[in-house]
Amino acid sequence: MSFKVVVDYDLCESNAICMQIAPEVFEVRDDDFLYVLADEPEETQREKVEEAVQRCPKQAIAIAEA
Amino acid sequence: MDSVAVIGASLAGLRAIETLRRDGFEGRIHLVGAERHRPYDRPPLSKQILAGDWETERIWLTSDEALSDLGCEPLFGVSAVALDPETLQVDLSTGDALDVDGVVIATGARTRTLGDPLGGVFTLRTVDDAQSIAAAFDQGPDRVVVIGAGFIGAEVASTARERGIAVTMIEAAQTPFERSLGTEMGAVIVDMHRDQGVDVRVGVTCEELIGEQNVTGVRLSDGSVIDATVVVVGIGVTPNIEWLVTSGLDITNGVLCDATMLAAPRIVAAGDVARWPNRLFDEVMRVEHWDNATGQAVHAAKRLLHGSSVGEYAPVPWFWTDQYDRKIQLAGRTTGFDEVIVVEGAVEDRRFAALYRKADRLVGVLGFNRPRHVMRYRGLIESRTSWSDAMAAQF
Ligand SMILES: Cc1cc2nc3c(=O)[nH]c(=O)nc-3n(C[C@H](O)[C@H](O)[C@H](O)COP(=O)(O)OP(=O)(O)OC[C@H]3O[C@@H](n4cnc5c(N)ncnc54)[C@H](O)[C@@H]3O)c2cc1C
Ligand code: SF4
Repeated sequence: MSFKVVVDYDLCESNAICMQIAPEVFEVRDDDFLYVLADEPEETQREKVEEAVQRCPKQAIAIAEA
Repeated sequence: MDSVAVIGASLAGLRAIETLRRDGFEGRIHLVGAERHRPYDRPPLSKQILAGDWETERIWLTSDEALSDLGCEPLFGVSAVALDPETLQVDLSTGDALDVDGVVIATGARTRTLGDPLGGVFTLRTVDDAQSIAAAFDQGPDRVVVIGAGFIGAEVASTARERGIAVTMIEAAQTPFERSLGTEMGAVIVDMHRDQGVDVRVGVTCEELIGEQNVTGVRLSDGSVIDATVVVVGIGVTPNIEWLVTSGLDITNGVLCDATMLAAPRIVAAGDVARWPNRLFDEVMRVEHWDNATGQAVHAAKRLLHGSSVGEYAPVPWFWTDQYDRKIQLAGRTTGFDEVIVVEGAVEDRRFAALYRKADRLVGVLGFNRPRHVMRYRGLIESRTSWSDAMAAQF
């Protein structure tokens, strides 16, 4: 089973909390925007992405089962 | 460990449960929450909910299905009234008791008040509070008085202004935010409010709330009277520890824990209610921020499950506040700092990052619309970077 990472960019404030937790998936670049590097990450990333969902202060990240 | 009671059904309590399950705990989990709601997020209360931008539906941190997937047994509208740390029996307001093998204390904090409330006088902590204030704003009051220029008060002032309501904000200190940001940076926030038309009065306190049943005005310590039909009191919070008076735990200004978040054998605490020695700053602290409630709950749950091998909890405290179109963030511990220097952007543009020095160490970073810089410097604070190395860093 694979999963998709969905970010609500209207909520995201680019504070890079998610990037500290899962740098393979999230990157806040010098332009201050968040980029999702892998929107269908490997299953091995699931725990980290789940943690990012919980730690995102803006509730901007969701996981959708693909 | 076969069963755990999580007391307090908000951010810290929920994150603790999620962590217990993710780390493999298969026993029973009882969730006891004094509010009648399932866990919800408080930061939007003073922002989107008060602004009328969001339906209440958007603040839930979890759904009934997710809670039942977590296999937790929720008791909403029920309070814990006592804890016996020897037997781990938790007495409930219903007269029932829970007998468990582990306890997570996550009872948070409640707002301080100014005594007997008149109609039209509010504090803001719960979704019910937010809905009452939003309803009062909907009436189109001539003026709102915000008592106390803390971050919540400042957010209420900001949201009221955005709704076109006149605002007076009064603050006892000469410089609002002085304790958290220092005089210079505190003034930046005050100027921002004045530019948005807020009547900010400093060095005065509220002597009297005038009115019979409903408030009609506020008398200040300088003798002046401000007419207002809505008053929001934002004078800080106090930890919810009364239910632990008979427990024998140290509950002076919060539940005292060791550096790993253990309050007593098989009892951990997290969130706004917890006090602990943060070794990174060699300071016993209690932190009232969202990110701490989350991180500390994860740590406390792991501590309960895996023992002392999880190590100490020593984060760089971090919070944000959204006022007008500015996203303000502060990371670190600025109490008693020696110097603050702007390293990026310009204060005039209200788009900048400033660093705080204490002795020869970087201890804090403040950002106005500079989230990326705040996080980078937060990393430097965490690695105990010297001031000169921090000043030399380029992001
Ligand atoms: C309006 C508002 C805006 C905020 N904005 C920000 C922000 O922008 N950035 C930021 O970093 N932080 C913000 N915060 C702070 C953040 O919301 C808190 O740090 C966070 O809610 C703490 O979570 P907690 O679970 O520790 O405690 P709480 O959220 O206080 O929850 C504790 C729960 O325990 C319940 N309880 C108490 N006693 C008992 C008992 N005896 N038995 C059972 N249940 C009990 C309470 O009713 C409550 O539901 C804001 C807070 C408010 C109120
Ligand atoms: S943690 Fe949330 S708000 Fe922060 S950058 Fe990631 S998605 Fe955006």
